[in-house]
Amino acid sequence: MEKRVVFRSAWLPYVLVAPQLAITIVFFFWPAAQAVWYSFQLQDAFGLQSEFVGLENFKFLFRDPHYLQSFKTTAIFSVAVAGSGIALSLLLATMADRVIRGALVYKTILIWPYAVAAAVAGVLWAFLFAPSIGIVTFVLKAMGVDWNWIINGNQAMLLVIIASVWKQISYNFLFFLAGLQSIPKSLLEAAAIDGAGPSRRFWTIVVPLLSPTTFFLLVVNIVYAFFDTFGVIDTTTQGGPAQATQILVYKVYHDGVKSADIGGSSAQSVILMIIVIALTAVQFRFIERKVQY
Amino acid sequence: MRIKLLAAALAGAGLVAAAPAQSQTEINFWHSMGGALGAKVNELADRFNAEQKEYKVNTIYKGSYPESMTAAIAAYRAKNPPHIVQVFEVGTATMMAAKGAIVPVATVMRNAKEKFDPKAYLPTVTGYYSDLKGNMLSFPFNSSTVMFYINKDAFKKAGLEPVAPKTWKEVIAVAEKLKAAGQQCVYTTSWPSWMHIENFSAWHNVPIGTKQNGMGGFDTVFTINSPLHVRHVAMLGDMAKKGLFTYAGRTNQGDAKFSSGECAMFSGSAGAQAGIKKAAKFEWSINFIPYHDDVKGAPQNSIIGGASLWVMGGKKPAEYKGVAKFFSFLSRPEIQMDWHTSTGYVPITQASYELTRKSGFYDQNPGADMPVKQLTLHEPTANSKGLRFGNFVQGREVIEEEMEAVFAGKKDAKTAMNDAVKRGNEILRRFQAANK
Repeated sequence: MEKRVVFRSAWLPYVLVAPQLAITIVFFFWPAAQAVWYSFQLQDAFGLQSEFVGLENFKFLFRDPHYLQSFKTTAIFSVAVAGSGIALSLLLATMADRVIRGALVYKTILIWPYAVAAAVAGVLWAFLFAPSIGIVTFVLKAMGVDWNWIINGNQAMLLVIIASVWKQISYNFLFFLAGLQSIPKSLLEAAAIDGAGPSRRFWTIVVPLLSPTTFFLLVVNIVYAFFDTFGVIDTTTQGGPAQATQILVYKVYHDGVKSADIGGSSAQSVILMIIVIALTAVQFRFIERKVQY
Repeated sequence: MRIKLLAAALAGAGLVAAAPAQSQTEINFWHSMGGALGAKVNELADRFNAEQKEYKVNTIYKGSYPESMTAAIAAYRAKNPPHIVQVFEVGTATMMAAKGAIVPVATVMRNAKEKFDPKAYLPTVTGYYSDLKGNMLSFPFNSSTVMFYINKDAFKKAGLEPVAPKTWKEVIAVAEKLKAAGQQCVYTTSWPSWMHIENFSAWHNVPIGTKQNGMGGFDTVFTINSPLHVRHVAMLGDMAKKGLFTYAGRTNQGDAKFSSGECAMFSGSAGAQAGIKKAAKFEWSINFIPYHDDVKGAPQNSIIGGASLWVMGGKKPAEYKGVAKFFSFLSRPEIQMDWHTSTGYVPITQASYELTRKSGFYDQNPGADMPVKQLTLHEPTANSKGLRFGNFVQGREVIEEEMEAVFAGKKDAKTAMNDAVKRGNEILRRFQAANK
């Protein structure tokens, strides 16, 4: 049975959606259109001279090996953040689901990091891992690890991944916990009576039933890794060393705001826009169909 | 009746509020001086405001150097820029190219009939902020240069004479002894490109780029892949490998590594003195930066860093008059001396340098005059006047990235410097195309 509200008035529905439409147009479509327009222009910092250069900005980008490298960096970063974030929070959620005494305390503590701003998360982890004064650095040094992410690109990458995952775990955890709690206990009990062990029950019952949640989280986490990790990167590595942690969105900010290269930065935004549109389309058209509901 | 009263009250309030606004012209000054430096800037503005009633300077802290520059550019695009904005030295070329967005300081002073003599400044300062015809385009405010600091206690502990090494050969010899004596971090640096490429070139009288380091036109190319540059960067890479050089980062992260006693030798801004004085629990000294003694003409003179004040376009004549008056106030030797002695920045006029010397400040603070001495060691040449490269915020980053690749052992110095030139030139061409 379908529920449907029918408006008798011809104009009322438009009036009701108008504020939302206005916000979307002013804050989303207009800037996006401007980015497309600027991506074809070569302009000085102050906007005193502007010249239509066609695809020159895009050609300049693809001639730059560091821009191509940034794609690779972004791919590694997002896969690592989304993958380890989802795996870890699933583990934590299954654990938390079993806890009987003090469950509330346990859950609350796990949800806490979500209240921390990305920039603060970045600063926290940067302090813990600071090359000369960090506590973790001290322990690592004692273990014989030469820890200095200021110069070591792989370590810098590891640091921003850890900080980003930590920040996102609570969110994933909440969804997984809700998902786990909605799995009928009778199913698990029936399987247990039939002789399936805990690991077998997990892989054949829990995982498939959680797949809608997992899929949703995959989309959210990839979008998070692409865009929302800006704060973490800006407060820790700022894309360095030698662009080892320069993900696409950080490069857009860097070239546009710090270097005042509006054309080049807009061209990157346009490319980013295309990537996100493509990614979303692929995810919903092909992957969603295979997910069991 | 009540309405009438209300109207009268409103009119009265309006009059009271309007009175000061009518007689005083407000001048907005955006700067990037945080902490103690910011307090000093406010103090100077308050003094100027108290001295006369016609103009009022409002100081507004706008964040770091790149942040306030970006903010000023955005404000110009939105047609509401501040009157004065403080811009760091690497932004100089970008500001200069923005004809119409800025008003040259020489013009501001001439129109306001305020006395202004570029020759009053140190030659390295004038050269940095003037066009080729000798017109000063911005007002020099806080200038520093790069210096070499040593931890005397660490030297003594390693059985060394507590005297700073003069040449890079000596630095390595000392570094090895310090390392052997158990010193964890031997040498570190702040601002790697500013120290090891920009000042290094001036100090050895070799060009950073063609066309007088870019001062002669936008069609300049970098020349930092010369054998001398490659040799120097290779030497640093080698030192890093042997544990004689610890890389600290691209900005002033090295300062803390030295003042905490972690590193025994350090190159950083003259402006780092204040922080070291406060934090260091050891004897230290400030010295000239080392040089390679087999290079003819070295040492020449070092170049400045820091920032200058730019006047933005599109304001009323009366407001420009106020800006000129404020600059005249800032130029006074006693104000300059106050700024120099309380912040550690270089005294940028000859008069203020003389005044500070006569006051006995340098006798009480040995080494405080080393930066000026290093800046004025010789008459600046075309290679040591300064530099002017478009989009140098990006250019410097490219250089630093390539240096980092060498320090991390990922690239050899020759490849890295060739790549730095290639990538740097792409940025210069883009700037040239955007600013015809």
